[in-house]
Amino acid sequence: MIEFLLPFQYDFFIKGILVSVLLGGICGLAGVYIILRGLSYVGHGLSHAAFGGAIVGNIAGMNYYVGAIIWSYLASFVIYEISKRNKIKPDAAIGLVTTAIFAFGVLLVSMTNRYTRNFESLLFGNILAITEQDLYIIVSVTILSGAFFFLLHKRLVFSFFDNESAKISGIKTSYIELLFSFVLATIIIVSMSSIGVTLLASVIVGPAISARMLSNNFSNVVFLSIVIGCVASFSGMYASFFLDSSSGPTIVMFITLAFGITAIYALIKKIFHTHSHGGISHSHPHIHTDEHRHEHTPR
Amino acid sequence: MGSFEYLKITGLSYGFAYHTFVIEGVNLTIPKGRFVSIVGPSGSGKTTLLKLLCGIYEPWSGDIEYICNDCDSIFYYPSVGYVPQIETIDWNFPVSVQEVIAMGSWNYKSYLPWIDKKLKNQIKDVLKMLGLSGYEKRHIRALSGGEQQRVFLGRALIRNPDVLILDEPTTGLDYVSREKIFDILKTLNNSGITIILSTHDITHIANRSPWVICFNKYVIAEGSPQHVLKEDNLLKTYGLADYRIK
Ligand SMILES: Nc1ncnc2c1ncn2[C@@H]1O[C@H](COP(=O)(O)OP(=O)(O)O)[C@@H](O)[C@H]1O
Ligand SMILES: [Mg+2]
Repeated sequence: MIEFLLPFQYDFFIKGILVSVLLGGICGLAGVYIILRGLSYVGHGLSHAAFGGAIVGNIAGMNYYVGAIIWSYLASFVIYEISKRNKIKPDAAIGLVTTAIFAFGVLLVSMTNRYTRNFESLLFGNILAITEQDLYIIVSVTILSGAFFFLLHKRLVFSFFDNESAKISGIKTSYIELLFSFVLATIIIVSMSSIGVTLLASVIVGPAISARMLSNNFSNVVFLSIVIGCVASFSGMYASFFLDSSSGPTIVMFITLAFGITAIYALIKKIFHTHSHGGISHSHPHIHTDEHRHEHTPR
Repeated sequence: MGSFEYLKITGLSYGFAYHTFVIEGVNLTIPKGRFVSIVGPSGSGKTTLLKLLCGIYEPWSGDIEYICNDCDSIFYYPSVGYVPQIETIDWNFPVSVQEVIAMGSWNYKSYLPWIDKKLKNQIKDVLKMLGLSGYEKRHIRALSGGEQQRVFLGRALIRNPDVLILDEPTTGLDYVSREKIFDILKTLNNSGITIILSTHDITHIANRSPWVICFNKYVIAEGSPQHVLKEDNLLKTYGLADYRIK
């Protein structure tokens, strides 16, 4: 067998690749809407809330997903209600609410010492520990939330870009936003056990901001973000096999790498961008000064 | 379905803070096809009034009624196009001109995420009418102020509005851009669209629009510019605000 195909003979690895590509893609997709809604911190925050919920649920003898869902939906709703009132920015609300719920979970653990499910795998993620049931849940959530973004795309973009005009033209912006935050919470919960509470923020925000640097057109940003998310997650998972490293952090490294590459590419593109003097279109390195006047061809 | 006949506002009041009126006792009738400029100083409640007309605030008291002829329903609501003050726009948002205009017709195939061929052609027509042909793929920041304003006008126009409501459409623009916008609005008005705009620009816009409303919390005077834009009315409109700021 050729060496680079070696990992694919293992069932656990194929499952891991599947999970990481699915999550990379759906987080990349959701990430675009998240950063444009000014919720960059939401992945970090909600995963902490869900973590708290999972612990509380576990202590109360509930299924991991049930506790996580109840608490993070609650957190989403409170965040939504607080930030709707405009005085408090969403990120501040997220910081307050989710940390409180996280702290409550940790507090309960420290008091009861009854936590059984592997603590560490939630914090740092463990794709290889994914069960069959987890896999089915991840696949269904990916499909459902993908459908959500597909079907409500027009409403979401209009609401996030210009909320009042969207409302005037008949979009029920508050329903859309509440639904959006529940979808986010769901994506975050299913990502948690494979990517990890502490690492999730990068997977959500990284591909989206990288894609944002490459294009000014919404559809392109969405497309690029999904591609970057999938490719980086795949590469991270794949590399972790050979490096014998844990998959979560390796994926985060690859996302960071993707960001670094796009940042450099965007900078080079800015320095070399095509422009014209007197109708002749060309490109050469330049910076914008009063001496170097030129027109830009439409982007 | 009947067509828009006139807009009737009676005893309209509204505010944001408890017991503090921003709009107080406004009575207005605006018939179909009118071109109205609302003038008033900053903070006089122009934006609030326009948003009330668009139905996103619930009046404290009074009524806003869009009346239609041949209507069998009391729930008639005309197609209203709203053009916000473009200072409120986030210019870093990654959307192209085409994507912004498409927002206006979000309810055309609303569950389809992309812009289909038919919509693309409609957008093309709107851009042509606005003198922005070929700008489809441009990012909204890569436009001049006047062009940006016209893009947002386009977003309202693609809805085929009966009534077009514009919040300070010429503020911050140079002379040529202001003229261009005014000409476009004139053309739209001639085609039967009712136009209601707010403005600071008395000499170039209000003075040349057929109907002017001096507004500061309530209607101070209304009528043709020759009758309304006189010193006593302007003093009442602008002087009051100066007094209130002190
Ligand atoms: N969302 C809001 N919350 C609280 N106060 C507001 C809000 N919008 C406007 N106001 C207040 O209402 C008054 C009228 O504002 P506005 O309608 O924007 O005036 P104009 O458009 O004529 O400048 C101002 O005193 C302003 O501070
Ligand atoms: Mg205003």
